[in-house]
Amino acid sequence: MSREEVASPERRAAAVAEALVEQGAVPDASLDSLAAVEERLDWRNGARVVAKAWTDPDYKARLLSDGTAACAELGFEGPQGEYIVVVEDTPDCKNLIVCTQCSCTAWPVLGLPPDWYKSPAYRARVVREPRRVLREMGLDLAPRVAVKVWDTTAETRFVVLPLRPEGSEGWSEDQLAAIVTRESMIGVARVTLPA
Amino acid sequence: MDGIHDLGGMEGFGRVEPEPGEPVFHTPWERTTFRLLVASTAARIFNADEYRHAVERMDPAHYLRARYYERMLTGVTTLLVEKGVLSHPELEAAAGGRFPLARPVRPNGDDERREPAAPLFAVGERVRVLRVRRPGHTRVPRYCRGHEGSVVHVAPPFSYPDASAHGLPGRREPTYHVEFDARELWGGEAEPGCVVVDLWETYLEAAR
Repeated sequence: MSREEVASPERRAAAVAEALVEQGAVPDASLDSLAAVEERLDWRNGARVVAKAWTDPDYKARLLSDGTAACAELGFEGPQGEYIVVVEDTPDCKNLIVCTQCSCTAWPVLGLPPDWYKSPAYRARVVREPRRVLREMGLDLAPRVAVKVWDTTAETRFVVLPLRPEGSEGWSEDQLAAIVTRESMIGVARVTLPA
Repeated sequence: MDGIHDLGGMEGFGRVEPEPGEPVFHTPWERTTFRLLVASTAARIFNADEYRHAVERMDPAHYLRARYYERMLTGVTTLLVEKGVLSHPELEAAAGGRFPLARPVRPNGDDERREPAAPLFAVGERVRVLRVRRPGHTRVPRYCRGHEGSVVHVAPPFSYPDASAHGLPGRREPTYHVEFDARELWGGEAEPGCVVVDLWETYLEAAR
């Protein structure tokens, strides 16, 4: 490879990791212990929160009044979850989350965000033409449904509490958690029953 | 800075393309890059605001071309070099090619404001976003500057990023969830709806 060519990101990342470990600049020699940190960042945690809110009215009230504490009750806390605000979908209001300036997300409950959430297209468009973006993503909203877009520009991390689907009456928390998707907690999809 | 990162409301982008069954990391180097960020911030080599600003300082064409973890790699490495932890020429030698970094920082000045004793605004109050101009880091999206909205929530005080990204004396101040009518932001032809932006107190004034 010529010196003028840009090294592959793989080579660049390896060069930084090796140099950093060699320098002793980070306490952990191998970075491997961070695997445990990554495992905790799972959107299925958020699915547990939603399922509990759907089955336990007291929990739902706590979740909407203090999202941080209610998520911590279930053990979901940590970096990028210091101040969580849960916003509730209603039949008349659809909530959506974005971070237009970077890609901030509530890591402990939504996990590390998917590529589309971090894409320039989503970040640019969803604050301006949310209905069109939703339609393209397969969610057609009736005109009477108001759309509210939450831009994560400071330290609050937002989570959408989606509508519980009709036909799920009597389901257990586990059953409900299994049908909640990451997309529904970002707000770009509804929760639906398995076909 | 009015940089490429401040994408909200820009036009010309195409469809949002979700990837079915997307893995958390597509390649091992993406995972490595995430760990570099976590390890460097844990070791207090830099803070989250410095990191965000390093990514914002990337060449705009590179920023748009790079996907998320390449932006992360560029931001983290830029700071490790700027802080004197690693050497850019040595990294390029080890990587076997060029290693593009972000452009140099243009620091914000100190506005010498004090930490507020109590929130200045309350839920329900009308506020206007100042036309903030900073050479360095700020978290006021262009699309809401100069516009008027209502405070719907007062969040607890957090470190003011325009200062902490530049090593200026730190202060904490409340942030406000400010709800803007879509027509206020985008004009009368806008899709009906509203946008809520989370804004530090310094960015706001009472609307008259």
